[in-house]
Amino acid sequence: MPFDYRNTLRMFAVIFLLGGMISVAQADEDHEHHEGGRRAVATNAAWQEECGSCHVAFPPRLLPAESWREMMSGLDKHFGTDASLEPAVAQEIAAFLEQNAGKRKPDPVAKPLLRISETLWFIREHDEVPGRIWKNPLVKSPANCAACHTKAESGKYGERDIRMPK
Amino acid sequence: MSRINTLLVLLLVVMSGLAVQPACAETFGQIMAEFARSAKSSPGFQSFSAANGEQFFKSTHGNDWSCASCHTENPASSGKHAKTSKVIKPLAPLVNPERFTDPAKVEKWFKRNCNDVLARACTPQEKGDVLAYLLTIGK
Repeated sequence: MPFDYRNTLRMFAVIFLLGGMISVAQADEDHEHHEGGRRAVATNAAWQEECGSCHVAFPPRLLPAESWREMMSGLDKHFGTDASLEPAVAQEIAAFLEQNAGKRKPDPVAKPLLRISETLWFIREHDEVPGRIWKNPLVKSPANCAACHTKAESGKYGERDIRMPK
Repeated sequence: MSRINTLLVLLLVVMSGLAVQPACAETFGQIMAEFARSAKSSPGFQSFSAANGEQFFKSTHGNDWSCASCHTENPASSGKHAKTSKVIKPLAPLVNPERFTDPAKVEKWFKRNCNDVLARACTPQEKGDVLAYLLTIGK
């Protein structure tokens, strides 16, 4: 059989197209991963372990540095429970939270917000969620992100992974 | 030949079991021994009691919560955080071998949870009693 360069060219074209489609798909996946902050999801092993034992480890970008500083200085009275940590661990986590905190400047006069669910951003993002969902015993608290955000544990809060309990 | 192979496999399984088990049993024993050492400094200490530990675990102590509020009345089953509903893995070490393998973690949680449940630190007697109780679960 003689060498058919046109067929070979077609074959290469198909391979390139496929390759392109795969990388676009991957980029989409990455975009999904960075959703919200439009930057890589920041992680830290101590933050994941300690902040993630009673609730999802909330992403640092959801509060400004001032709020995290206040939060980390009152862990022995953390929303009605004692969440105190060894000073060295607390220091590491505080530094991580502040470095990756939200960049929006808070009101300089008001006390820093500690509840993520009280931030304007949270209220706006959740204004379509009907009241019955919040009252559902499977949800119980706005701190229970994973009740609807099925991939909250891995830092994914995209629309695609939302399943509201019936 | 295949019988020898089976024997070898069995031997390996037994040996790996032996190698793993003492490691966590050792930590649990060390933690208990440490509580006993501290408890002995208060007068009248005799030993730890699983029955007292069970009563302590299931009762409230002035505040709203007991240990069982989050860990349930059956420490062999998974519990749920009273506020956030996050799942808490079983406490009983015979059911969940990850429990009581790190003394620092044990201290961290006793400190926090005793504060929430009793509004004070637990005594070494109370902690030892609870551990004695947890060790009877799942046998």
